[in-house]
Amino acid sequence: MSFVADPVTFIIDWLQRVLGGWGLSSGWVQFILFALGAILLTVGPMLLTVGLIWVERKLGGRFQDRLGPNRVGPWGVFQTIADMLKIFTKEYITPIGADKVLYNLAPILAVGAVLGVWAVIPLSSTIFGTNINVGVLYIMAVGAIGELGVILAGLGSNNKYALLGGFRAVAQLISYEVPMVLALLVPVMLSGSMGLNDIAGAQKVAYVFLVPAAALVFFIAAIAENGRAPFDLMEADSEIVAGFNIEYSGLKFGMFYVADFLHAFTSALVFSTIFLGGWQGPGAEQYPILGFIYLMIKTVIVYVFLLGVRFTLPRFRIDQMMAVNWKLLTPLAMAAILVTAIVDKLTPGGFGLVRIVALLVSNVGLLLITNWLVGAYVRAHRARRQVVSGPRTVVVAPPKPVSEAQEVNA
Amino acid sequence: MLHEWFYLVIFLSIAFLLPAAAILIAGLLSPRKTGKIKTSTYECGIETVGSSKIQFKAQYYLFGLIFLIFDVETVLLFPFAVAYQKILLFGVIEAVLFVLILAAGLAYAWRKGALDWH
Amino acid sequence: MTLMQVIFLANALVTIFAALMMVTSRKLIHAALWLVLCLFGVAAVFGMLEASFITIVQIIVYIGAIAILILFAVMLTQNAVDDSYKGNRRWLMTGLVALLALGGTLLALFTWPKVASLSTALTTAQLDIGLIGQALVDPQGYVIPCEGSSLLLIAALIGAIYVGMERKGEEK
Repeated sequence: MSFVADPVTFIIDWLQRVLGGWGLSSGWVQFILFALGAILLTVGPMLLTVGLIWVERKLGGRFQDRLGPNRVGPWGVFQTIADMLKIFTKEYITPIGADKVLYNLAPILAVGAVLGVWAVIPLSSTIFGTNINVGVLYIMAVGAIGELGVILAGLGSNNKYALLGGFRAVAQLISYEVPMVLALLVPVMLSGSMGLNDIAGAQKVAYVFLVPAAALVFFIAAIAENGRAPFDLMEADSEIVAGFNIEYSGLKFGMFYVADFLHAFTSALVFSTIFLGGWQGPGAEQYPILGFIYLMIKTVIVYVFLLGVRFTLPRFRIDQMMAVNWKLLTPLAMAAILVTAIVDKLTPGGFGLVRIVALLVSNVGLLLITNWLVGAYVRAHRARRQVVSGPRTVVVAPPKPVSEAQEVNA
Repeated sequence: MLHEWFYLVIFLSIAFLLPAAAILIAGLLSPRKTGKIKTSTYECGIETVGSSKIQFKAQYYLFGLIFLIFDVETVLLFPFAVAYQKILLFGVIEAVLFVLILAAGLAYAWRKGALDWH
Repeated sequence: MTLMQVIFLANALVTIFAALMMVTSRKLIHAALWLVLCLFGVAAVFGMLEASFITIVQIIVYIGAIAILILFAVMLTQNAVDDSYKGNRRWLMTGLVALLALGGTLLALFTWPKVASLSTALTTAQLDIGLIGQALVDPQGYVIPCEGSSLLLIAALIGAIYVGMERKGEEK
């Protein structure tokens, strides 16, 4: 393989030869290569976050009919670097009574959990951290560790608003994990493996065209897991000030911020890998570098769509969020599993037209039925809710007589 | 497969050490002027009222329990999903039965109002 | 000593240390965190045995669900902010009884021929998770326990709702 076609494997082979030539045993060579790959895959996303924050602020500004940052550098590209420099030098104000272990561990867990997902994503058919055969469940597991970070932040801050915010945040996160995992069952069923590289490799036709119901459920649940609008009760609520990260300042707060933005991009990446075919595209098998480019293009499209959702929709209330999760998304995910399981067994295998059309029709039918059911539920609910009272005129107090005031002054 | 887990251990160690190192470095670079008012607990700019541990509703725990049940169910469904391409329709019907029993549980929770947030 | 033995020993030491710290912590929340570390240690043991599915299930269910529930429960029962530990005056006797019980059980287990002899390692083909899935729906396999577990889960759900919900008319 040449350098242009498959640079990563080329470099790995070259490094193996060089290190072996220096006399290191193969175990140590493996270890050094693993460590180098891990460092690249962790430092890369952190540096990517710098660009992501700028993109988000600029595009957010455009969505909201304003300019976004445009002073620091051309089009404001150095804004994030300026912000980073500022946040690196801010003081850590630890509140008295805060539990040192919990308070300091929380931001580390939050960022580490998001970075951990990058270990299993196949950036191309040969560039990936590891193709562990429980890749999908591993993503869920590191998500669970991130939730642990959130509740530690709430518990360790010695602040009842942080505690309240932390509980609500964890209730939201654990609730939305259920439809997310259920929706992830469907691509595992269709591809026969939990390893992400296998799922990406098995998508001759992208799964979003085969099982749009599961894709939609996963998309909505991923937005909610991230804590972005319209599910951003965790971070920007006027009743509980700033949620679980009230008492954080300086880089510890910066870490929560970084985790939030990086999680959005990572969710887009996971969605592209599992439902949009990942690195699949014309010529991706022979030239793995093309696979990386295809994956990035798909991820950026999904990410911009995520930004559009964020800057357009208003926030949900907590009871509306829970209702959407347990009464809409979980039954929809279960129905999607049942429908896909039965229809896929009844149609012939492979990517023939019969199977594609049958799956697509059954999933779209499921979505239409759900839409109709939700409409019926809302209409019935609205009919049952009574209007408290009609509009009343506001009573205006008559003005005081002028003579009294003149008497007092005199 | 062992080397894959080994890679994940190395990766997660670095993923957790990197923010820790960054926080430590920022701690060295930042000023440290503690004051009594600065470190007091934040409550919208006024003094705190009452202890900082609140009575929290049992509802959070109930949601956690419901989540646990569905988590275990989903995790039990994953081996079936991996083996899906190789099993017959009869096996699929059994898994469908599994999901339907738990859907019945969800419907019961819905009727009882356990899923409403007060 | 091979590398695996060193890693296993280190992991075992960390797990036991975490368990010890868990039962001797003054603050309940710290004890919950030591429990999380202990559970990670158990997951690492499964990982070393190459049972990757069980490893990841351990992390998802135990650490992702049960540890969070334990943290919720710790908060629920900790209204008064006192970390006083009243102590247990009969700890020596209880410790001896527990030691004898555990030691006796382990001794009985290891004289059982099926446990004492080393079983053969599974081949890579046998480590496929699909085999677990096929066994779970196989009529000659484990389908009855699988459906039974779903009934058990729904019983747990109904019980949790019954216990956790306030009855109508009962005061909060």
